[in-house]
Formats: sequence, structure tokens, C-alpha cells
Amino acid sequence: MATWKRARGFLVSVILAFAFFAVVEWLIVSGMLNIFYVNTLFFMAINVILAVSLHLIIGITGQFSIGHAGFFAVGAYASAIMTMKLQLPFAVGILAAGMAAMMAGLIIGVPSLRLKGDYLAIATLGFGEIVRIALLNIDYVGGASGMTVTHMTTWPWVFACLLVTIIVIANFTNSTHGRACISIREDEIAADAMGINTTYYKVAAFAIGSFFAGIAGALYAHHFYIIQPSNFGFLKSFDILIFVVLGGLGSLSGAVIAAILLTIVSTFLQNYPETRMIIYSLVLILVMLYRPTGLMGKKELTSLFKWRKATQGGMNHGSKNTVA
Amino acid sequence: MELIQQLVNGISLGSIYALIALGYTMVYGIVRLINFAHGDVFMIGSFVGFYAVTMLGVGFFPALLLAMAACAVLGVVIERIAYKPLRNATRIAVLITAIGVSLLIEYVMIYLRGAQPEAYPSTLLPERNLELFGVVISGQSLFILGTSLVLMVLLQFIVHRTKIGKAMRAVSHDAEAARLMGINVDNTISATFAIGSALAGAAGVIFGIYYTKIDPLMGILPGLKAFVAAVLGGIGIIPGAMVGGLLLGVIESLVSGFGYSLWRDGVAFVILILILIFRPAGLFGKNVREKV
Repeated sequence: MATWKRARGFLVSVILAFAFFAVVEWLIVSGMLNIFYVNTLFFMAINVILAVSLHLIIGITGQFSIGHAGFFAVGAYASAIMTMKLQLPFAVGILAAGMAAMMAGLIIGVPSLRLKGDYLAIATLGFGEIVRIALLNIDYVGGASGMTVTHMTTWPWVFACLLVTIIVIANFTNSTHGRACISIREDEIAADAMGINTTYYKVAAFAIGSFFAGIAGALYAHHFYIIQPSNFGFLKSFDILIFVVLGGLGSLSGAVIAAILLTIVSTFLQNYPETRMIIYSLVLILVMLYRPTGLMGKKELTSLFKWRKATQGGMNHGSKNTVA
Repeated sequence: MELIQQLVNGISLGSIYALIALGYTMVYGIVRLINFAHGDVFMIGSFVGFYAVTMLGVGFFPALLLAMAACAVLGVVIERIAYKPLRNATRIAVLITAIGVSLLIEYVMIYLRGAQPEAYPSTLLPERNLELFGVVISGQSLFILGTSLVLMVLLQFIVHRTKIGKAMRAVSHDAEAARLMGINVDNTISATFAIGSALAGAAGVIFGIYYTKIDPLMGILPGLKAFVAAVLGGIGIIPGAMVGGLLLGVIESLVSGFGYSLWRDGVAFVILILILIFRPAGLFGKNVREKV
């Protein structure tokens, strides 16, 4: 009975998500949604993917990574190389982006996940900077002037990637492996003592998180016509970090909501970049001082208001079964 | 000869890193906090020095002292407002606050005066060069090195010979026990921030003279590299920060000297990751096992 209930919940949310998809697709095709809103929507979706992928690493597994823009960059450049240099289709580009970012995640994760807390944070920050500096110095990908990329990102692609990301991460969180990751977040030594292979799970979470960051990179690269190393500096990493922290460390729907809200805010403040950063940093400090659990704490949207599920739009439905 | 030239450059650069790294290491030693805003305190120091020279028309030493004083105050203010309420919070919360403070200082500075760079007046220090066995050493480099060394000796004196230094060592060893012994822990922490920030302010002025160009985001990279230097020497250990800073400066100069100047910024982070993997406690640190 319980299984049926969960399966039904899952089905309903997927159907609702598809309904949302169809409505937006119709709005775009019929030209009712002007290009500015479409851009904002795509950017929002990319940010949600990034936020959710980092949520798996920080919120669920408790590994403090502040080099997420590095994986994002690896994905963006890998997909751009596939489609622009090798003339392969976009789907291959997306997959290659995910794979390349995952490889990068494994390369950096295997040695550095032995580190804890602050040290891991600094190591990942260093990794992000190394990626940026490497891209700056490789002529094949255009150096500082970057690469021009054809526009290929369309709403069906964005939606598919978003849906897959949320479903995979929500279900991962709910699985045995996800529980193992949560136990590492709560107390690594205790988890170790309980027989959980902590290194394995940390690396796995890191690799999955990087995979989806890479996919977000592919979408980003094929949406903005040009990618430059300066787009992937550590301010970008902080942006993603802010989504996760503000949403509540450990809450998937929190990360999603924060990503959506902050994308809207930064779109409005686009012409005042300094004001935007001042507001961002003040919010960050104030949230940490007065509400360190973030918007949602460790709760999910669904566990807060059961009855409001249906009114939340397509974005959150993948997370419906998660009570992390 | 080229090599020795690079070494001299490296040592000058390294002494700047060392000065910043000292602040990182002292703060980490006492409150276990990576003070991300430290690089921005360094930037503020540089600007205070700049304005002191251009607007008040003072010389090098008054500008240096003014920058140090301003940064000491700034460091204490940051500590009192942002970090003190979080003494018992999780490590991640404190780290994120530090990142927030860093961004806040940078962008308030940009908001107030714009992002354009300023050129440091070059007449502050005598432009005389010293020729030694065919190697030309600029007077500036020597001056920078001398100033940093004096500051480091002064720091050693404060930490090892004064009452506040003794309190700092006690708090970093065991804050609870220190409190029981009647040490005012909060004041000691503030003093640590003040001293560390003053050193960063001095480094800012020296950096301005050495590189002649300053801008509101200049603190990010030297800040991160100085942190690498602190980790290299063993974070929390004062002589470690000095050695780590000098070593990092020399390595960077050698890398640029061998023609890889574009990769220079990457080297510091490669060193960081290598040191974290192979010797996380740093060159001078002892490996401490975690107890449950």
C-alpha cells in the first residue's frame, strides 16, 4: 500500500511536471513569452541544476565544496568542444559535459576527500581556480577571449535535464546510498564505525554532483553564445553556494526555491552589479547570524505543507518523496 | 645571474605573502576560522596608505602606520560584528559568514569609489639600486624585505615576550582553560584580529609600492595565496607562515622566470592541493589524530 502511494505520488508529480512543460512550451512557441522571460527561465533552470547538484555534495553529504564553478566550466567547455570543434550533436555534447565534469570530480575528489571541513573547502576552491587558469592558458579553447558557441539550448532540453537532475538526486537521497551520505554528514566517525565506506560514498556524491554541474555547463554554454574563463571565477562558485546555504543546507526544495528567487532578484539587479553583490553578501551574513539553518532548514517543501504540492509548479515535483 | 635576480624578486614577493599569511595563521590558531575577509583587509590597508600619501601628503612610514592602525580597527570591527556571535556555531556557518564579509568589503569599496585601479605614487621610496657581484638589487626590494622583517620580529616579540602574547598562546592552546585562568578570551581574540589585520594593512602598503597598481578586488588573489602559504607552513604556526610565504614567493618567481608567467597563479593552488594531500599539517605542523 505504501509503495503504491509513493509510486502514485511520483507519477502525479511527473505528470504535473510534464503539464508545466507543455504549457511553457506552448507559451514559447506561440510567442507569448517574450525573449527576456525565456532567457530568465533558462537561466533559472540552469541555476536550479547547479544548486541541486551542489546540494547533494554539501547538503546531503556534508562535504564543503566551494569550487563548483570549476565543474560547471569543465562541462561548458567539454560540450562546446564536442559541438563546435568535432561537430557532434548537442545530445553528445551534454553527455560529454557530464562525463568530463564527473572525471574532473573523481580526479579532485579521490585525493582531496580525505580532507575535512575547511581544508576540503580550500582544496576545492584551489581546484576551481586551477581550472579557470588552465582554460585561460589553453589556446585550443580560445584562451581569455573564450569560445563562441552556437545557440542550441531549447526548452525541451532544459526541461529534460532539469527533470532528470531532480529525480536522480531526490531518489539518490532516498536510497540506501543517500542514507549513507546523510550519516556521513551527521557524523563521519560514527558512520565509519557503523561500517559505512565513507570514502566511497563521499566520492560517489562528489562525482554525481559534478556530473550534473557539467550538464548545467553544457546548457549554459549553448545558451549564451560565448563562454569565457572569466564567467567561471570563484564568484560563480559563491553564487551557487549561496543558493544552497540560503535554501537550507540539506533541503532539496530549499535549494530549488533559493535558486529561483535569487535568479529573479539578480535579473532585476542586472544593471547594478555592485548593489547586487552588496545585497547578496549582506543576506549571506544576516542569514548566518540570525537563521543559520537557511530558508527551509533540513525540511522539504512537501513535509511542510502537504496540500500545497499541486500548486507549486513543475520545478519541485521530483522532490516530492524526499524527506531528507 | 638571472636566477639570483628572480630569487631576490621572489623573496620580496614572499615577504608580502608572509605578512598576510601571519594574520591568517594567528586567527586560525586562536579561533579555528579561515578569515576570508583577510585579503580584503589587506586591500583596505593598501587604499588607506594610498589616500594618506596622495591626500595628506605624508611619507612612507606615517602612511604605513596609518594603514596598520586603520586595518587593526577594521579587523576588530569585523570580528565583533560578524564572527563573535558565531563563536558556537558550526564551522560551515562561520566560513560562509567570512565569505560574506569578504564580498561585502569588496563591493562596498567598489560602490563607494568605483572599480577603476589607482596608481601608487612611485616616489615614496628611494630609487637607488644596489649592485652586488653583478646582480642588480633594487633599493625597493631591500626596503620591502627590511620592513617585513622588522614587523615579523616585532610580532615574535609580542607573541613571546608580552602579556597579551602569552594570553594569545594560552587561548589558542585551550580557550576554556584560559578562561578559567582569568584570561579575557574575547579581548584576546580581538587583539589577535587587530594584530593580524595590522600586518595585512602593512602588507597592503608594501604591495602597492611594489606593484604600483591597486584596485578594490586586488585582495582576492594575494589573500588566497597567503592562505596557501599559511597552510604550506602549517596553519596556526607563526614561523610556518613566514617560511611558507617566502617559499611560495620564491616558487612563483621561479615559475615566471622560467617563462611560464601565465601559469604563475595556478602554481600556488597546485602546491596547496599537493601539500594538503601529502602533508596536511604543513611543513612545520605535527599530525594530530582526531579523537572521538
